[in-house]
Amino acid sequence: MRLESRSEYSPRAMLFAPIVAVLVTLGVCALLVAWAGAPVGQTYALLFDGAFGSRFALAETLTRATPLILTGLAAAVAFRARLFNIGAEGQLYLGALAAVAVGGMHGGSTFDLPLPLLSALMIAAGAAAGALWLLGPAWMKLKLGVDEVVTTLLLNFVALLLVSMMLDGPMKDPLAMGWPQSVALDPELEFSRLIERSRVHTGLLMACGLAILVWLIERFTTFGFALRAVGANHRAAAFAGLPVGRTVLLCALLSGALAGLAGVGEVAGRTSYVTTDMSPGYGYAGIVIAMLAGLHPLGVLLAALFVAAVQVGADSMSRVVGVPNFIADVIVATALLTMLVATLLTRYRLRWGRT
Amino acid sequence: MMDFLANLFDMLGSASFWVATLRVATPLILGTLGVLICERAGVLNLGIEGIMVAGAFTGWLAVFNGADLWTGVLVAGLVGGVFGLLHAALTVWLTVSQHVAGLGVTLLATSLSAFAYRVSFPQVSTPPTVTAFAPLEGLAGLPLIGPVLAGQTSLTLLAIALVPTVAYLLYRTPMGLALRMVGENPAAAEGQGVDVIAVRTGAVIAGSILMGLAGAFLTLSAFNAFFFNMINGRGWICVALVVFASWRPGKALLGAVLFAAFDAAQLRLQQAGGALPYQIYLMLPYLLSILALIVMARRAAYPQALMKPYRKGER
Repeated sequence: MRLESRSEYSPRAMLFAPIVAVLVTLGVCALLVAWAGAPVGQTYALLFDGAFGSRFALAETLTRATPLILTGLAAAVAFRARLFNIGAEGQLYLGALAAVAVGGMHGGSTFDLPLPLLSALMIAAGAAAGALWLLGPAWMKLKLGVDEVVTTLLLNFVALLLVSMMLDGPMKDPLAMGWPQSVALDPELEFSRLIERSRVHTGLLMACGLAILVWLIERFTTFGFALRAVGANHRAAAFAGLPVGRTVLLCALLSGALAGLAGVGEVAGRTSYVTTDMSPGYGYAGIVIAMLAGLHPLGVLLAALFVAAVQVGADSMSRVVGVPNFIADVIVATALLTMLVATLLTRYRLRWGRT
Repeated sequence: MMDFLANLFDMLGSASFWVATLRVATPLILGTLGVLICERAGVLNLGIEGIMVAGAFTGWLAVFNGADLWTGVLVAGLVGGVFGLLHAALTVWLTVSQHVAGLGVTLLATSLSAFAYRVSFPQVSTPPTVTAFAPLEGLAGLPLIGPVLAGQTSLTLLAIALVPTVAYLLYRTPMGLALRMVGENPAAAEGQGVDVIAVRTGAVIAGSILMGLAGAFLTLSAFNAFFFNMINGRGWICVALVVFASWRPGKALLGAVLFAAFDAAQLRLQQAGGALPYQIYLMLPYLLSILALIVMARRAAYPQALMKPYRKGER
């Protein structure tokens, strides 16, 4: 077997790649569903129904998609510059922590500021916390050549422990009866509901707006051009006089800030306080979303909706038939691998037999 | 200060400290050797974290279902090898990004283990247990190291014995030479008649088998049950330790033991009720790994073809 480079680039193939990948994934995971002893067709129907079948289901899917859009964007923008930020999980937690640090009540440090200003400060703090957490690994990559994948992964564990420490210490909620949770956000700072009688909040608008903004930045600004050039070939970019180091650092700040905002959205829109289990792996799912989207910021919206639907649908399905909801994680992981292969096959052709 | 030094010497002189150190070090030794073999052939294997989970789960499951302990270890190795084959198929045959494919293998192996665990045990609140490997008390009589070895199980001895074995295979056999060649200059290796794809595939599978064993140690020796978060970043630490070890098996052993000694020391401090929040102590292993990467960064002699896919006839 060998690979032969395709001479022509086909945008249509790029568009079909995620569809084929998702179909193959559902086919492979059908085997697992059958192994768990459930009827495959009914299980998938229930999964779909649980994600889109009712007003409530759809609202839950949109609520779940909100942080996923942001972590997906964080991965997409970083991967575009070949900065492998695998630390969105930790950046999300620190963003959430910073938001509560600024806007927390009783024992927290609510500043004496007008509400709109305080709200802006809360959002900025969350973004800054995420951005700064990624700055270290990005700097080490540039200056020391330390692989950022390993450092960002290791820092995820440090971030979670840091959050746990704050929840035991200065940011502990005295009213939580010993539950490890932070002080609550000032209710006035919480995001308002976007749809009545649901948990969908304005964070969804923020996430969609940021997807468009990131797309505009990548497409139409000098920085966006540098970003793509550095990702395509950093030596050529440096030779052409582009500031490679500055571009990578800026990209890290942007990516970390997006992941931090995912944390802000979760706190301000959903939970109102920080716990150490507030993210069921949103950061890691973001990587899958970015790959499914082909790193396109607008594609991230669709890919995040897909992953959210799988997660929400699997929760509801597992309550009816005896298939564990871990099937959602398996589907997401398989989708990543099939998408990798599908993307490769848009660029290369497989040739069988000896040369 | 004198107190501190006296305590330090007491700790370093106690057999129980070294027993704990070797126990912490064993999965790191196995995992680090696994990563080392893959990377020496030019393939980054970030699947390690998930392969360790899968090895821990399947080895334990086999023993739980009545297999004897060594069969459990064998199962864990085989499952590790299968995931290694998947990683090789993706990165060596299809040449997709080694970073992303490795993360994908980790996500897949982790989620499959969790899924299979829930399917096998739908309604358990406390994890079921097995009878784990017993310590080798017969070795207590050996001079000096006897008391330390008596606290270990056969798997730890296997891990330590694998270090010189891997070193011998890498540096003293034609197979090892071929493996190192495809990691440094695959085109030149091809010119010498080495099948680059086959050697890399074999190396990734062999390395992944060791990662599976590293996982099995945790469920069949260190503990006797399977928990979802039991690997807890150990795989990523192994990836950092390989850089610290400059891709050499002997230094990998040294790095793993040194690291484990720090970890055992922080556990003692934590149990002694240190003045700091316990989370600080738990952070230390991860921060130490990052520090090791920083210290070695300037001197790191990466295998030249690491993360570079090899496509025949393409320059």
